[in-house]
Amino acid sequence: MAAMNRIVVLAEQREGRPLTVALELVAAARRFAGDVDAVTWGAGAAEVAGELGAHGVRRCFSLGDLDGALAGPRAAAAVAGGLGAGELADAVLAATTYDGRDVLARLSVRLDRPVLTNVVGLDDAGGALVSSHAVFGGSRVVRARFTGAGPALFLVRPKSFAPEPTGGGAAELVELDAPSAGPTDAAEVVARHVGERSGPSLDDASVVVSGGRGLGSPEHYALVEELARLLGGAPAASRAIVDAGWVPYAYQVGQTGKTVKPDVYLAFGISGATQHLVGMRGALHVVAVNKDPSAPILGLADLGLVGDVHQVLPKLVEAIRARL
Amino acid sequence: MDVAVLVKQIPDPDTPADFDPETRTLVRSGGLVLDDSDSYGVEMALRLVEQAGGGEVTLVSMVPDGESSGLRTALAMGAAKAVVVSDPALAGSDALGTAKVLAAVVRRIGADLVVAATESTDGYTGTVPVQIAELLGLPSVSFARHVEVDGSGLRVERQTEGGYDEVACPLPAVVTVTAGVVEVRYPSFKGIMGAKSKPVEQLGLSDLGIDPGEVGAAGARQEVVSIEPVGERKAGEVVVDDGEGHRRILALLEEWKVL
Repeated sequence: MAAMNRIVVLAEQREGRPLTVALELVAAARRFAGDVDAVTWGAGAAEVAGELGAHGVRRCFSLGDLDGALAGPRAAAAVAGGLGAGELADAVLAATTYDGRDVLARLSVRLDRPVLTNVVGLDDAGGALVSSHAVFGGSRVVRARFTGAGPALFLVRPKSFAPEPTGGGAAELVELDAPSAGPTDAAEVVARHVGERSGPSLDDASVVVSGGRGLGSPEHYALVEELARLLGGAPAASRAIVDAGWVPYAYQVGQTGKTVKPDVYLAFGISGATQHLVGMRGALHVVAVNKDPSAPILGLADLGLVGDVHQVLPKLVEAIRARL
Repeated sequence: MDVAVLVKQIPDPDTPADFDPETRTLVRSGGLVLDDSDSYGVEMALRLVEQAGGGEVTLVSMVPDGESSGLRTALAMGAAKAVVVSDPALAGSDALGTAKVLAAVVRRIGADLVVAATESTDGYTGTVPVQIAELLGLPSVSFARHVEVDGSGLRVERQTEGGYDEVACPLPAVVTVTAGVVEVRYPSFKGIMGAKSKPVEQLGLSDLGIDPGEVGAAGARQEVVSIEPVGERKAGEVVVDDGEGHRRILALLEEWKVL
């Protein structure tokens, strides 16, 4: 018997494809609820409904193109309003993304229910969901649950679940007129800028090459990027050098950044603060180079090399170039 | 333009932390410091006030015990004053309870703009600022990497997965900034001396008209069920580079079929 009747998943999409994390959330929701519905917005909702249906979603509610409005107020208003049907879900799952947090924060106020954030696992405990949260660099797990009545709101970190196709047909597409959310809706996107990037995204890369403060100065980060390019991977960074303005926030791996689970994670000049480790400890293999023999990251690496990144990194790049 | 900056005083992240086995709350030794993430919001707010040609920056902070020492640096940077909400009943608040208290402070002091970090370093729920926006009925732009005054509103560059969106936002509004977006100024000697005489208003829940049962542990509607250790990653080999360490990395990359 399912723990819940109905779970609503916030399914963000890009160019008619649900984000991978949306499919992860659907897989999680299907374990606990008979009915899994999704909410999406943007162009190409029919394609999105097709792919979501193939992962077991029953109905896909589309808010349409938001005409420059931000997703937070509109999607929160739609979900709080019962998605046209007047019925609230037993639980709402959203991903820890830029928009996902906005939507659940606003929904939380509208429903007067708190949000459990940074969820990395969910279990059924006697008809209620218990969420898992990684703390202290992932060395311990806190389990938490809601008390009191009302929908359970969970913000889930990407890569916490694996997508599971069911082979089902397209989800029923329900077009909703996104209700205006009044003055909260007043911010407007006037232009979108998408940077050019070559190689895989940090989320999808099977190899991640990451740099930290041990690189010494911003220009040395170029070697991290070069190694990532040579290995067909994605470059990444610790919070320290993002805070220092060397690289954009989108590169950040860790508690306040992305969670990555590549086959191979190469860390150069990263000490391994708990805040970083929680974002990369799911990597299959880890190599770390750091001059400090007590750097925590060395302890969880398959190979921890105590050495100078300014020596090791150029030699490694040179040796790989010579082989290609 | 008057700006309220939400700042959090947190236990020094470099001090050891553990859970209290009885209350299952986080305990750390040592005093409180300003969350490093918040210095960027303070800097951004000071620049916006300068750009707007008038107004002041007010720090807003919620702590269990009236502590304000973590705010001194931000006052020395140029914030005009601080409001500290403190009440024993606040201990154990969830993020929504925290947002209700901070929203009440903003309502009381009035502000054209509320600035906050995207998330705190210790709790990192990342929902409080936008919850405040919803409570106050305001628009919000989260994950701002650049903010400037544009006529009677703001022009904000908001981080996206592949780049950024340019967002026009009328005031009043709530904006959250990521770390590293502006270079944070060092307080001048004059600023440090002046900070000591800047007003720090202490408020309790009754000043804000908030029922203690609505916030703190009494009002929290989520609870910790258990705290357990996780299986550690199998430790590998730690070796000192002898000048040929890169060859060991190469060998592993071959073994793992990356090369």
